[in-house]
Amino acid sequence: MPKPKLGLYWAASCGGCEIAVLDTELKVLEIADFFDIVFWPCAMDFKYDDVRALADGEITLTLFNGAIRSSENYEMAKLMRAKSTVLCAFGSCAADGCIPGLANFTSLEAIERYVYDESPSTVNPEHIRPQPVWDVPEGTLRLPQLWNTVRTLPQVVDVDYIIPGCPPQPDQIKAVVDAVVDILKNGKPLPPKGTVLGADPRACCEECPRKRDVKKIRAFVRPHEVVPDPEICLLEQGLICMGPATRGGCGAKCVKAGVPCRGCYGPPAGVHDQGAKMASALGGVIDSTDPEEIERIIAGIPDLVGTFYRFSLPASTLRRRQVRP
Amino acid sequence: MSFEPNLVGFLCNWCSYTGADLAGTARIKYPPNLKVIRVMCSGRVDPNFILEALAHGADGVLVCGCHPGDCHYVEGNYKCQRRLPITRMLLGEMGIDPRRVRLEWVSASEGVRFGQVVSEFTEEIRSLGPLALQEWAFDAAAADAQLAHQGGDHA
Repeated sequence: MPKPKLGLYWAASCGGCEIAVLDTELKVLEIADFFDIVFWPCAMDFKYDDVRALADGEITLTLFNGAIRSSENYEMAKLMRAKSTVLCAFGSCAADGCIPGLANFTSLEAIERYVYDESPSTVNPEHIRPQPVWDVPEGTLRLPQLWNTVRTLPQVVDVDYIIPGCPPQPDQIKAVVDAVVDILKNGKPLPPKGTVLGADPRACCEECPRKRDVKKIRAFVRPHEVVPDPEICLLEQGLICMGPATRGGCGAKCVKAGVPCRGCYGPPAGVHDQGAKMASALGGVIDSTDPEEIERIIAGIPDLVGTFYRFSLPASTLRRRQVRP
Repeated sequence: MSFEPNLVGFLCNWCSYTGADLAGTARIKYPPNLKVIRVMCSGRVDPNFILEALAHGADGVLVCGCHPGDCHYVEGNYKCQRRLPITRMLLGEMGIDPRRVRLEWVSASEGVRFGQVVSEFTEEIRSLGPLALQEWAFDAAAADAQLAHQGGDHA
């Protein structure tokens, strides 16, 4: 039997998902042994033409990390979709937009203006901007174009499965690899399309070992302002912990280390909008019935949308900030 | 054609929905722009509902519940009273005018008041104009056209 083929690709991402694959330690040797890796630009020397030369659906499984924010990302998303039998959105960028998706708080025009004109270290008196197509004596040069709105992978192509996390935790990757090997070796049925793999359907709070009591918050604090109690729920201590609105599966690592959950696993099962769910959760625990005091307590939430949507703005209900000229 | 606001109203079963009923049986005139959704309590109105309404064509969302102290479930309206300001702040930071979401207390006997609230809210949203979300849907045809235009490696 020929080996099943595996592809890994990165679009708009930091490379942390690739590191997470390598962080599976000896498992990566097992992966390389079981699969024929046909595309992995981060770790091995392949060209786009190597993928184009494959038949449609020839790649058994592609783990696609990174958001879609340029014409090149989009082209590669379509190419990997066509060549893969199973396409998996791997990591928070592909699934929810993640940190690259924070660009949706501003506009492409504003980003270019800052980077090419206004930043203190820029000297560009002729206001030169990158051109997508440029003719030179040697021929025509082409650059991919950035988009104004960052998209998630499922928004632009059909996706079979989702593995969330920034990055997906190595233990979860190992579990997913074991499940895939089991399916391919023993003919087990595939999980239903759209299944979220390598994560818990419940909220991060379910994995959190901290003591929970009735939450009554009269003021929010920022992490550098307090030394949190090591045993008690961080939200009860006034720290904005995204746990109630975040999918579990990470083992609550941040919270165990005394750092509030930032929400990297995206919304839990059944929740579409992580920020709105966090607004709902906080509304339930603020301890006041006086409208003015409520306004004052809420004003103490630092960078509300940046905190609520740190990992999921492009996948949220509103998808981007409305930037009026 | 003049702009007619498309409004969604979440009305609590015990006070405000009954208040709206009273407005109807008392033949009180108010604009027909509000599409009413009955919920058991204003505390049931998840901020998700409000964002979903705005993302799918509503120009404004009105939430009505029992007056403070009158909640059938004792404190549901207090939860709503805290969720709505957070939702409005969230909308403001997302570039959407927070006036598009309004919370009002309407009791079962306040049919006249319900009519006034709907009239005022309709006029306010009419003055704000339609909420047309930028680049909400992914335009595959435009993205494909961009690829084709670039040609070369990216065709």
